Amino acid sequence: MNIPTSNKKELKNVTSQVFKASRRDFLKMGGLLAGGFVLGVNFFGCNEKGEKITSIAPNVYLQITSTGEVIIITHRSEMGQGIRTSLPLIVADELGAEWSKVRIVQAEGDEKKYGSQNTDGSFSVRMFYKPMREAGAIAKLLFMQAAAKQWQVPVAECDTAAGKVVHRRSGKSIEFGKLVTTAQTLPIPNVKDIKLKERQQFTMIGKATPIVDLHDIVSGTAVFGIDTVVENMKIAVIKRCPVLGGKVKSYNDKETLAVPGVLKVIPIKGGDIPPTIEKPLSGVAVIAENTWAAIKGRDLLDVTWDLGEHATYDSAQQLEELSKEILKKGTIRRNRGDFDRAKVEAKKVIEHTYIAPYLAHGTIEPPNALAVVKNGKCEVWAPTQHPQGARDAVANALGMPADEVKVNITLLGGGFGRKSKPDFIVEAALLAQESGLPIKVQWTREDDLHHDFFHALSVQRITATIDQNNQISGWNHHIAYPSISATFDTSVLQPADGELGQGASDFPYDVPAVKVETHDAKAHLRIGWLRSVRNIPQVFAIATMLDELAEARGLDPVKQALELLGDDRAITFDDEIVDGKYGNYGEDISVYPWETGRMKKVIEKVAQEANWGRKLPAGSGLGFAAHKSFLTYVACIVEVKVGPDNKISIPHVHYAVDCGTAVNIDRIKSQFEGGAQFSASIALKSEITVKEGAVVQNNFDSYQIVRMPEAPQQIHVHIIESEDKPTGVGEPPVPPFTPALCNAIYAATGKRIYKLPIDLKG
Amino acid sequence: MATTNLKINGKEYSVDVDPSTPLLWVLRDHLNLVGTKYGCGVAACGACVVHLEGEAVRSCVTKINRAAGKEVVTIEGLSEHGDHPLQKAWEQVDVPQCGYCQSGQIMSAAVLLREIPNPTDEDIDLAMTGNICRCGTYLRIREAIHLAAEIQTKLK
Ligand code: FES
Ligand code: FES
Repeated sequence: MNIPTSNKKELKNVTSQVFKASRRDFLKMGGLLAGGFVLGVNFFGCNEKGEKITSIAPNVYLQITSTGEVIIITHRSEMGQGIRTSLPLIVADELGAEWSKVRIVQAEGDEKKYGSQNTDGSFSVRMFYKPMREAGAIAKLLFMQAAAKQWQVPVAECDTAAGKVVHRRSGKSIEFGKLVTTAQTLPIPNVKDIKLKERQQFTMIGKATPIVDLHDIVSGTAVFGIDTVVENMKIAVIKRCPVLGGKVKSYNDKETLAVPGVLKVIPIKGGDIPPTIEKPLSGVAVIAENTWAAIKGRDLLDVTWDLGEHATYDSAQQLEELSKEILKKGTIRRNRGDFDRAKVEAKKVIEHTYIAPYLAHGTIEPPNALAVVKNGKCEVWAPTQHPQGARDAVANALGMPADEVKVNITLLGGGFGRKSKPDFIVEAALLAQESGLPIKVQWTREDDLHHDFFHALSVQRITATIDQNNQISGWNHHIAYPSISATFDTSVLQPADGELGQGASDFPYDVPAVKVETHDAKAHLRIGWLRSVRNIPQVFAIATMLDELAEARGLDPVKQALELLGDDRAITFDDEIVDGKYGNYGEDISVYPWETGRMKKVIEKVAQEANWGRKLPAGSGLGFAAHKSFLTYVACIVEVKVGPDNKISIPHVHYAVDCGTAVNIDRIKSQFEGGAQFSASIALKSEITVKEGAVVQNNFDSYQIVRMPEAPQQIHVHIIESEDKPTGVGEPPVPPFTPALCNAIYAATGKRIYKLPIDLKG
Repeated sequence: MATTNLKINGKEYSVDVDPSTPLLWVLRDHLNLVGTKYGCGVAACGACVVHLEGEAVRSCVTKINRAAGKEVVTIEGLSEHGDHPLQKAWEQVDVPQCGYCQSGQIMSAAVLLREIPNPTDEDIDLAMTGNICRCGTYLRIREAIHLAAEIQTKLK
């Protein structure tokens, strides 16, 4: 390949830009923690006019320059949830910064400095709302003190707004930039001396702020992992064993090496069982000058595999086996009252089996990572949700201390849990070490769908009883799916407490007898977590069964839900959980209680907004489901229209959400809009199947994602005003949509859905 | 290997590549025009849409020799300052989530808007059905296309 001369310069520029961007983005912040007494002084060199620019960093998240620029460090990964906007705006609001003068800089992975950066579990806003406010408020106090000193007035008479300190009495004001030198002479204020804003003083929190990367995205200049370039970079595409645990036996690379542009072929050791999330799969990597040569070379590789113990695995067969297995007695995981007695005394028993398939993440940007290994150090650029996990995994694989590994985070073209696993980053690092070249590993879509960490298939059986007084008297939920834990420990055959705690063991309704039982299910693929995780199948089963129960009782499902939630109170589950604990998404349940009143409020709100109970023409219907996940309360009503040809269209979706204090209204809405579409793919389209140990679907033609014509047409998001602690919204929209849609389809057609994806012809 | 002359965003380039190379990889790997994205490689997602002689094509399945000597426009060349009516509308509606699919979405929409200055919802569905957005921004895309149609009309 020759780079045409006319373009050589451009290419070089781009290359150095990546390095420059990374340098710029990882300013040394002086390591100052809030409340420390060291001066956070930094020198930036000079501006165009030759004036010296200095700055001050009151804490690790914030730096203000003498030119008035406010640099906010964002330490969480951006994958479409808007976190590069939502956390900085909290800092800016408390500080009283001028938003147009704020620059957002992405932090590298550094646990010591920033705490956990694992962007997962819908917890960025939940965990960092308070620290971000404090970071802004400390800086605000510092600038007020600096101004007060300059003006010789009491600090208490000062305030900040729009990038300035203002003195109310005299009407004087001064820009932050002009106070930097004075601020440098003062101790950084202690967090106990700050005063946070009152809600009515917020200028950005609770309003709608456009995302900071908007212009870069629409003009095609935003940098995703796939866009990173360093000098002399080569591309690697890997042929991995199609079966989990399989290994390369031998390979012939003659034709591969004959492809112009192909440089090297390197086998990758791997394929261990348990697979973990860090280790590579066994395979053969083709290193080439460019992506196309690498792909072509990979296609021509002739590899003989030792396929290993999963070579005969068939997912349809496992579903059949599990469907028999769940008819037996299982391991009791939650127990309240006496279900067996409730069943004996019941007037009516309803029982169904619910089946859901494997799902792949299908992030629109397939996994990729760039690694440079030199002089005992490694630097990585990757679209990662978990830079610290990636750093440790790379250090481990390369036999380096973690301090010698630096992980730079790019924008992520979707994450959904896939990019919290560092396997693809480890591949790049290993190949860079082995080849001595800067290597970008590029996964093709086929690689992505064949070798994902899959959302596990599942079989569930729910038996519900109705007593002589028409009350629901018993609830027995049998569950079988391979656990995420099996990815780390193959001896785990049953769901973990954390998985059950996503809808099943925290079944919140006032039913006198509740029994949750689990069954063995072996993992034959790498099992991972996908946006909202086990809530998806568990709530599909629970919320469609509740709809069926309401019908059997002659009740309205919304009224039934309100009634089953009972009085306003905080509920706990631990007393009834057998040999385990309710995880509450990692939060103390006394701090984040399960409040029935908040759930009832979102249900009432959604019913009112969707005009629940209204008559619809034949072939149309409304369906309802409500579910709390990741500490956020959500209720959903879907309106569906089913054509004579069984064509499903979704004219309206209504959501009501209580996520505590709303930070960025627009991004809350967009997460719900996207969450409904994500769930629509699950309900209507997506399915991974496995034959002879290998995934059958190759690309987006066979693994389908909802497209515009079939996507829900209007999505209305009603946010409950709240002063409670904020909770996340990345995942909570997903679980209730699918059962609400199923219930709507029943209302429209009289057909119940027990299997995903929905097939009305079947 | 063969030398292919290309005209991209009004600039002339000549690249020496395997003639079977898809335009996508020439843009991304050889010319560093990385606004055009890879999503599937089999014409199933639309992330790689560019204009070839004014038509929306999937550059992942467009062999480079098909583009030889023809006019190619990528997201980088859609407008000089990122201010095409669609780009403006996209910003006003705050369409993107992760943003990865959006250049392909905008490039598909640009051809639609040229052909049908005031598209209906059905026109939009039809033109955009080849573009997947895994984040699910479809409704905002539709809203932004309607808004762009208005902006475009006002400019005339
Ligand atoms: S990458 Fe070309 S259509 Fe998907
Ligand atoms: S914005 Fe993420 S795929 Fe469209």
